[in-house]
Amino acid sequence: MHRPLPEDPMIRSLIAQAKRAQLSRRAMLAGTGAGATALALAACATGAEELTPAEDVSDTDKTLNWANWPFYIDEDEEGGYPTLERFQEQTGIEVTYLIDVDDNNSYFAKVRDQLALGQDIGADTVCLTDWMVNRWIQLGYTQELNKDNIPNAANLVESLQNPAFDPGRVHSLPWQGGFAGIAYNVEETGEVRSVSDLWRADLKGRVGVLSEMRDTIGVIMLENGVDISGDFSADEFNAALDIFREQVESGQIRNVRGNAYTEDLVNGDTLAAICWSGDITLLNFEAGYEKWKFVLPEGGATLWNDNFLIPIGSPRKTNAETLINYYYEPEVAAEVAAWVNYITPVEGAYEAALEIDPELAENQLIFPNAETLAQAKIFRGLSAQEENEFQSAFQSILLGS
Amino acid sequence: MAFGAFATATTAAEPAARRKSPIALLLLLPGLFYLGLFFLVPLLSLVITSLQEPDPLIFGQYQNAFRWENYVTVLEQYWPQAVRSFGFAAVATLCALLIGFPLAYFIGITLRRWPLLQALALVLVIAPFFISFLLRTIAWKQIFSDEGPVVGFLQSLAILPPGVAITGSAFAVIFGLTYNFIPFMTLPIYTSLERLDLRYVEAGGDLYASPRSTFFRVTLPLAAPGIMSGTLLTFIPAAGDYINASREFLGSTDTAMIGNVIEANFLVLQNFPAAAALSLVLMAAILVLVSVYVKRSGTEDLL
Repeated sequence: MHRPLPEDPMIRSLIAQAKRAQLSRRAMLAGTGAGATALALAACATGAEELTPAEDVSDTDKTLNWANWPFYIDEDEEGGYPTLERFQEQTGIEVTYLIDVDDNNSYFAKVRDQLALGQDIGADTVCLTDWMVNRWIQLGYTQELNKDNIPNAANLVESLQNPAFDPGRVHSLPWQGGFAGIAYNVEETGEVRSVSDLWRADLKGRVGVLSEMRDTIGVIMLENGVDISGDFSADEFNAALDIFREQVESGQIRNVRGNAYTEDLVNGDTLAAICWSGDITLLNFEAGYEKWKFVLPEGGATLWNDNFLIPIGSPRKTNAETLINYYYEPEVAAEVAAWVNYITPVEGAYEAALEIDPELAENQLIFPNAETLAQAKIFRGLSAQEENEFQSAFQSILLGS
Repeated sequence: MAFGAFATATTAAEPAARRKSPIALLLLLPGLFYLGLFFLVPLLSLVITSLQEPDPLIFGQYQNAFRWENYVTVLEQYWPQAVRSFGFAAVATLCALLIGFPLAYFIGITLRRWPLLQALALVLVIAPFFISFLLRTIAWKQIFSDEGPVVGFLQSLAILPPGVAITGSAFAVIFGLTYNFIPFMTLPIYTSLERLDLRYVEAGGDLYASPRSTFFRVTLPLAAPGIMSGTLLTFIPAAGDYINASREFLGSTDTAMIGNVIEANFLVLQNFPAAAALSLVLMAAILVLVSVYVKRSGTEDLL
């Protein structure tokens, strides 16, 4: 009965599905009720079988779908993307740029069922944050990058070449990075230099923090003198969590929010906040002057990166690699960084930026020097158990129970 | 079952509709198919998910099982948010009724003589639907902000002590719920009152009833079907609402409702069984509450 499985990955996954359904008596029982139910079950069923990458049809299909976050690529006044348009002219690959990612978690929730079946999720490359990339790689939801197609990957800065979640960058390459630090309203409040300053009496009820656990708890841990990139213990995490809980319950912290925290800064609900570096540059630009000042807290800031990855079901891997290669050209990287105000991972972009706009090149939030980078740490990867434990504790505070 | 109550009452009132005919059955088929596919199948999938157990090896993966303890766990852990949900929804429903009924009365009865004004007033009730309710809720957040007009005004009158904020409070969330559901309350009551035969009210007066007792004995019972559907249309979605109470909108860490708990469990914690169990608990609780309400208010005869 052991015939080799057909080559087609779609059929292979279907057979794997069918096999599993046979084995699961409960699934069968439930399935007898209605055919549709069995279908729904198959879609819901999750397993840990080996997924196979989709067949690459890049040679014949010159299109590409790229899913990314809002305000995360250079735009011109007509709403076009100059660097992307040049890429399309150079390579003839037609790119559909999708602003589909608003949150790591909700994006993952949207595509996880298809990924588990090895299907195309409608994006050939997507940029997600380190810890989420870690999850995708662990679950086998990504394709290995062929570095022959990405010679410019050699331009990746050294500090990002071997992250714990992807040593040697086999599955992912950084798109942009940033700091989580503190911003405060210079007109309404005195200088804020550290996380402890946020707990000052005059800021009571006017402090905002991020709902991203690694950033909020990360900077509090750093303030406590804990190295978040090192092998910290659950006790050290919980000590920071206790501080956070206390400040939420006492009403010192006004709210815990995702991307919408900038609204609170603008309408004055919060006067100081734990926030992301690039946003503050943009807010000040919209205000027309430096109304908010971003500081790297004295205890240290967190540093994160969003990374390109290629989902397991994408049939246009080479096209995606061609795109990644293009964005690793220093000149292109500098142009993007100048618009999005985040940190580019591309070596040589600083020199390229010096030629375009020397003032920009000196902006430590976009082109941080070694001294600035020394103040920032990357939150270490968490084991599944830690992830579960820490996230539950953090969410229980956000839900007020 | 709430809707079942409507259905039985309607058929009782119009026995003609009970006659069985193959055409009626045929016409029913698409509806039944739709319900089967888009209600029963997801519901079944939800029940199965709620009983799953976590995969011991991979975080965020679950296996089919019969872990009924999931229900006990979520109830123990999240009962405060569940109670809060029903509390907020009840208060919001009451507020919406207090605002919606006079409004419906004004449009349906007072403006009867001026059809044009009546139509205009109706459009005004529906007009908010032309803009996404997300945008309108965000707009309220700006209006209620600390540096905004409302807080400034109340503070200058010393009604609101300094340092007290509106956004993120229970008041803001209930206000948001009330505001968003007023049209759902007003329109059913309006349709009841619009049909109200004013000669009944006159008769009440002729029989020496005071305006007050005419209102409570004639107008209100005749509007009861509208009030009934209005309160149900408000209470049920309000209890499960997760937008107004969300930290990203009018809520804060103190105002999380059951919808927010389900969202957090589903999206962030990836605890799908807990989210599914909570959804089913919410459905069951609403079912019980609403059937008690329908039974007690005894409006079946009126419909």
